[in-house]
Amino acid sequence: MSILNDIPILSIILLSPLLGLLVVLLLPKHRSSWMKAAVIITTLVPLVLSLWLYANFDKQQGGAAFEEQYDWVEVPLNKELQDANGVSSILFKFQYELGIDGLSLPLILLTVLVTAMAALASVHIKKRWKSFFVWFLLLETGMLGVFLARDLFLFFIFFEITLIAMYFLIGIWGYFNRERAANQFLIYNGIGSAIMLFAFVLLVNTAGFHIDQAGEQASFIYSGSYGDILHNLTDPAAWVNLSSSQLGMSNPFQMTDTLQWAIFIMLLVAFGIKLPVFPFHTWMLKVHTEAPTSIVMIHSGILLKMGAYGLLRFGILLFPEQAREWAFVLAVLGLINILYGALLAFRQKDFKLVLAYSSISHMGIVLLGLAAFNEIGLQGAIFQLVSHGLISALLFLIVGSIYERTGTTMLSELGGLARSMPFMSGVLLTAGLASLGLPGLSGFVGEILSFLGLFETMRWLTAVALLGVILTAVYVLRAVLKITFGPEPDTFGALKDARLIEAVPMIVLLAFILLLGCYPSVLTDTLQSSLGGLYDQLFATRAGG
Amino acid sequence: MYEGVSFIPITWTDMFYLAPEISLVAAFILLVVLDLLLPRRVTRLTIGWLTLVGLLVSLALVIWRMWDMNQGGVSAEAIGLLGNSYRIDDFGSLLKIVFLSGTVLIVLLALGSVRDDEAITDRAEYFYLLLPAVAGAMIMTSSANLVTLYIGLELLSLASYVLVGLKRKSFVSAEAAFKYVVIGGISSALVLFGMSYIYGVTGSVDLVVIRDALPAALTNFKALVYVGFFFMLAGFGIKIAAAPFHAWAPDVYQGAPTPVSAFLAVIAKGAALAVVFRILYATVFFSVNGQDAEVPKNIFYGLLVLGAIAMLVGTTAALRQRNVKRMLALSGVANAGYMLVPIGISITVVHSNNFSEFIYYLIAYLFMTIGAFAVVTVVCRASGHEELKGFSGMYYRAPWTAAAMVVFILSLAGLPISGGFFGKLFILLGAASAKAYWIVAIIVISSVISYYFYFGLTRQMFMRSGSDDSAISVSAPTAIVIWVCAAATLALGIFPGPLMGWIDAVFSVKEDLMLIIK
Repeated sequence: MSILNDIPILSIILLSPLLGLLVVLLLPKHRSSWMKAAVIITTLVPLVLSLWLYANFDKQQGGAAFEEQYDWVEVPLNKELQDANGVSSILFKFQYELGIDGLSLPLILLTVLVTAMAALASVHIKKRWKSFFVWFLLLETGMLGVFLARDLFLFFIFFEITLIAMYFLIGIWGYFNRERAANQFLIYNGIGSAIMLFAFVLLVNTAGFHIDQAGEQASFIYSGSYGDILHNLTDPAAWVNLSSSQLGMSNPFQMTDTLQWAIFIMLLVAFGIKLPVFPFHTWMLKVHTEAPTSIVMIHSGILLKMGAYGLLRFGILLFPEQAREWAFVLAVLGLINILYGALLAFRQKDFKLVLAYSSISHMGIVLLGLAAFNEIGLQGAIFQLVSHGLISALLFLIVGSIYERTGTTMLSELGGLARSMPFMSGVLLTAGLASLGLPGLSGFVGEILSFLGLFETMRWLTAVALLGVILTAVYVLRAVLKITFGPEPDTFGALKDARLIEAVPMIVLLAFILLLGCYPSVLTDTLQSSLGGLYDQLFATRAGG
Repeated sequence: MYEGVSFIPITWTDMFYLAPEISLVAAFILLVVLDLLLPRRVTRLTIGWLTLVGLLVSLALVIWRMWDMNQGGVSAEAIGLLGNSYRIDDFGSLLKIVFLSGTVLIVLLALGSVRDDEAITDRAEYFYLLLPAVAGAMIMTSSANLVTLYIGLELLSLASYVLVGLKRKSFVSAEAAFKYVVIGGISSALVLFGMSYIYGVTGSVDLVVIRDALPAALTNFKALVYVGFFFMLAGFGIKIAAAPFHAWAPDVYQGAPTPVSAFLAVIAKGAALAVVFRILYATVFFSVNGQDAEVPKNIFYGLLVLGAIAMLVGTTAALRQRNVKRMLALSGVANAGYMLVPIGISITVVHSNNFSEFIYYLIAYLFMTIGAFAVVTVVCRASGHEELKGFSGMYYRAPWTAAAMVVFILSLAGLPISGGFFGKLFILLGAASAKAYWIVAIIVISSVISYYFYFGLTRQMFMRSGSDDSAISVSAPTAIVIWVCAAATLALGIFPGPLMGWIDAVFSVKEDLMLIIK
């Protein structure tokens, strides 16, 4: 135990996919089965380590024991014009800083789990294995980095790595319209990350600024560390909170109200595109229909969650007051997502699009949970993230397997699969039920917690949002029943049920969905103890300032 | 007071300090003679390798001079030569290192690609004319006097007019050369016109004297000061290829031999930017906080506007390009815009880091642009044309070159992990700390627009298959250029700290940039 605590476990989790990447690069080009084996083994390493981490996560202390911090970018700035004031140095300080807490740990676990399952599902890939696996493993590192990074620019770099890796994965291995999908993905998310970068630059230039006093000598530091920025924002004596009148001179680092709002809204838009929030969702439909199976699993299972995570971590935790003031806006956005997604899912002819719109609808529930601004809502939102990650990964896995056999995902051309593929149809039905929130499966817990949370603050809105639950049942059952039952078209011939390599990820994902559904405290206990009192604390410190 | 004016004799000590420039000129003359004497059957690539040697000697001399001046790492005192018209300081030395290293890469690239370029008949000139060109760029960065500066500018320009037209059998090249001569002439005329006004209102061509005389001139001849500086900026704007003075760039880059395009994109552009940097911070900057500050402030503001237009015009115009070299020319226009930002945001109490932001981006730009042009030479040779389509199927034909190109594209687009990302990030941080939020927004917007055409290239390379599946061979010198550039781009993108730290350690804003003489 103590030995394991000394090693940099977070770095190992983060970098283990890169090691696998090197192995893949060294393997000869035509040995596709070796590469597949190498990738599957590689993805198991962070999975096992994360499970160990989850088991050893000290619920009282949080993730403090695992934090890692190394100097990365320390850029000295010109200080000639400051010499008179006893300034020893002025620095940009961006660190390689990793950390976990109750917010990121469940999502890390989700990431490694879904990625490992997606690696198994990569058997569908038919060409250019080597570069596929290179990008695939790079994508995993990127995603893990996003959830682990505790420095703004480190976060940004990992965020962009996922963007670049996804661009290639969609554009090369996708279906017919892959290039357009990849392009649209790149441009929309590029806009999102550009706005995020703008916000981060503003944050570092104001809230990141602090002075380290060592005796006579002072260093001025522009820090990119999330911890520093959070600390400075809550500390009434920090430069960012001092107005010119308090200071007696003009303060270039002060964050005015306008600036706070500007940064908050920029973060909201940046992560809203990723989530995706209603008017920014079109790119995501294309990705869901065009990307290859394993990549869609990752995309809808994990990448969408990065949007919610970023919104929570940077938007809400750094700017709680602005966020609370806009709680109603968040809730309305969530409501629109739920109803719009559900209604459109009902109208789709392509099963992939049904699932894509269903994702929009389910991500709306996350927004509702966040908008509640109480612990139940927060727990609900995170629970929903994990649960939807598992369910949608499973659903897209099944869709991919069906497509491989029948060559179509159009609802009108599918039917009666229960006869020829009883196992897969059974899994599909269960996943569908989980998606519509049947008690006993994970989808239910996330939804009920989010709705409960919001009910405390916005009753009417919750009541309207509950309509979405009914609509979900309608569209899920419509699609799933059409595929599994009904007349079987003659054109299919003999369809084989799931092979072992497909069945394994299905069973594993289903097992986790059941586990979370029947025994939600596996997750909620961690959430409760590590996020308990988070909001009270946040608002208390602000009120003190 | 004019009777005392005479030519200041060059002393041996001066020669000693001028050694890098003199060695370049000497190498140039030697190679010209050698070219005449060598029999025809001796390949002119020899001249290329000797050019490389000349550049390396000069580079070594610059580094040695700099090391000698900065012993102990403290900011060195600058040395003024020839009546303080020529300055040996860290501003000049840093930029000289950049220009010389860039030219070394370009000569290697020319060595790697000239064999296949039938249109270039005068192969010796192709190499040795780069020597006076880069010497001109070095003189520009070191001069503290408008006349010296102009001599450097003309040396650079005249050599590059010839270089652009070297593909004598190509109609496009002739057109490009003619266009470049005419536009270059206009540029020189504008610069001279502006300089004459500055001389008129301040009575001197010495930057330090101009600085001291400027406050009085601002009170008495405000309009003339405006005319002087804006004409000079417009003239240099042409050399920088900043929109709206950029229209020549796509045509000239397209017509010129590719290594020469890279030279214009990196060294000629960098030298003109450096000169603007030096002139403004040695003169106008001192009047920003004085009386009549309106003119100086507007000059800096004008630079920002110029940069903003360059970014937006460069990126949007590049969207429609189907020719790779034209596209890179317009990408260079946008990049010129990024590099104008640290010059334009001026120095404030909380932000005096302009020069290291500028030179970091310039270095990143050097590697990514020369690397991209190197890949272009490889692709153009294989496909026989310069259209985007030539890149299709690169993944199958030259996977590692395609991978290197991805690095350059990421860097050009300002995405991690690359030098271009940190370069842009430092510029953004600087602009934000000077509270120029609008320019931050424009940088960010133009970067996003640029994704579209940069990634158009990756689309061709990785997602399309070309008509030809045969492997593309890369000549050894070109391969060296590509890999050095790719490695440097990645290194700058992972650890920007050491280089920025070193620049900060040797560079003094007061002495090296503002010419404050102790």
